[in-house]
Amino acid sequence: MTAQENTDSTGTVVLSVDGVRKKIGRKWIIDNVTFDVREGEIFGFLGPNGAGKTTTIRMLVDLIRPSEGSITVCGYNVNKQPEKALQYVGSIVENPEVYSYLTGWENLQHFARMQPGVDEARIAEVARTVRLDQRIHDKVRTYSLGMRQRLGIAQALLGRPRLLILDEPTNGLDPKGIKEMREFIRRLADEGMAVFVSSHLLSEIQLLCDRVAIISRGRVLAVGGGRELVARNSPYVLWELEPHEQGVALLESREGIRLMDPAELELDDAVIANMGGGSAVTIMNDDAVPDTVAALVASGVEVRAVHKINPTLEQLFLKLTEGETIE
Amino acid sequence: MNSLLPLIRNECMKIIKKKRFYVILLILVVLVPMFTYAQMRSAERNREKFSSDWRLELQQQITDNENSLSSSRIPEEWKTYRRIFIQQMQYYLDHNVNPNEPSGVTFTREFLDNSISLFIPLMIMAVASDIVSGERTTGTIKMLLTRPVKRWKVLMSKLIALLMFVSLIIVSVFLVSYLISGLAFGYGGFNVPIFTGFQLSGDSVDMSAVHSVPQWEYMLMQCGLIWFVSIVVALLAFMVSVLFRSTAASIVVMMAALIAGTILTNMASAWTSAKYLFMVNLGLTNYLAGTPAPIEGMSLPFSIAVLGVWGIASIIISFAVFTKRDILN
Repeated sequence: MTAQENTDSTGTVVLSVDGVRKKIGRKWIIDNVTFDVREGEIFGFLGPNGAGKTTTIRMLVDLIRPSEGSITVCGYNVNKQPEKALQYVGSIVENPEVYSYLTGWENLQHFARMQPGVDEARIAEVARTVRLDQRIHDKVRTYSLGMRQRLGIAQALLGRPRLLILDEPTNGLDPKGIKEMREFIRRLADEGMAVFVSSHLLSEIQLLCDRVAIISRGRVLAVGGGRELVARNSPYVLWELEPHEQGVALLESREGIRLMDPAELELDDAVIANMGGGSAVTIMNDDAVPDTVAALVASGVEVRAVHKINPTLEQLFLKLTEGETIE
Repeated sequence: MNSLLPLIRNECMKIIKKKRFYVILLILVVLVPMFTYAQMRSAERNREKFSSDWRLELQQQITDNENSLSSSRIPEEWKTYRRIFIQQMQYYLDHNVNPNEPSGVTFTREFLDNSISLFIPLMIMAVASDIVSGERTTGTIKMLLTRPVKRWKVLMSKLIALLMFVSLIIVSVFLVSYLISGLAFGYGGFNVPIFTGFQLSGDSVDMSAVHSVPQWEYMLMQCGLIWFVSIVVALLAFMVSVLFRSTAASIVVMMAALIAGTILTNMASAWTSAKYLFMVNLGLTNYLAGTPAPIEGMSLPFSIAVLGVWGIASIIISFAVFTKRDILN
């Protein structure tokens, strides 16, 4: 109970990561990671594969000890007092690994025995929360990936954590599952839980998170509101015009519009799939779009579609690391 | 201790649900009848040959071995062994005790003797080899170590569960072989006198300390020694399981060590420092029966001490590595 008071008095920061570095062999694979996660927020941890996301998450839950810096959960240092700090943490590191030769219920029982204050009623409650109660007494090896993911979350929720750590929670889920997962995470945050979510998909983080830290090559490049980070970068605009040549010529002639070669752009696959042959991509200010459309229409060009494309993660990184030397 | 109990329960649940123990029981139930049948056939043949007089049979064995002593083609170490064997058989003959009287209890005693250095360790490995590495192979170690429990407690609960199952395996080996062989040879034989206390000195046997004990008492001593050997093998397999990420690798390492032990036992009598290796010291029950040690300078207290040191070292290494290591994948 003293821990409770302790955290209340230090404010609403649940997880505090301060100057964490990790050296493996001779290489600093994590080089200065600093951020705070507060109560009731969904915090995104964004970076390409291999940037150090999973290593950082492993340090958050004491699977790896940082070489320098400190990680504090509710006032307790994770590496020095893991048995105190970790009782406030529920986590899924990488895939939801559960015992496939046990039933869902036995898995939950297993993890319930490892923390104080979790009884059968609580197990039944979390099974209902993740909507596994129909299949909970089946062997896990008969579960689908989505069900295993939900069992993993049920396991993480058992101890009523104040911080939930999810590593790529929508990986491998179908679109419906992804949508449900987002709603579920949002509901948990609304109840006051701090949720830490990692992803390599910018759109994922934009849709879900209140704040974002962007990590690349083991360093946090920026921390801030998700929308601000993306909005800082001038977006691409995709045009579908008829006739194509006339429209493109007109776009080119206007001030403040730069035409891009779609082949050179790194766009999301979803965008590429929808792009017809007669599409043009420009970089321009949002505010200039209505005028441009009016001008196109006035000169007899049919505007079939105009839409904004958000930069991909790679482009965001280029933007953030501009001016820095990249090895 | 309070917080350890639920963890031990978890580990026992996992071992049982993995069905490893059933596999062990199944192996026993299949193999023991085979050995029983083989034993029955050889008993039958001897009965025909010596017209059911075991004295003749024993005398024949003594004569055979004496004859082979004069052959120059037999290595000196083998001759030593045969001389000791002859002396023992002579002792049994002089005291009118049939050492091969077939009964369920005798079969079990011999089966335990023969299984101490390979068969029982093998079954222990079935449980021990993946007790830690299995969690790493499946990735569940991450779930286990991100709970608010100290790492040494997680490992300790696994160790205690393992030792409980080791004890259970030994009891099962005893019960299964007694119950099954009893069907063929009868369930009696607990009170048959067995000679023990043979002191080996050079190539002769010191008979001064030899005394007879009822077979049940002999088997009690035997089971105690087997239990000790099994604990040490379990501790070693446990350490290997902590050190290796893959269960297959940890099984291969332990198997290689055990098989190397049986090979070394047959050829290392000249390399005396091999006696400090754990695998040549596994045959503790041989000291009870008076079989000569594979390497000079080995005795029951020596072997127990060597095994004890290996066991303690394994515990220390297991815990030191497990509590400090970064879980990278």
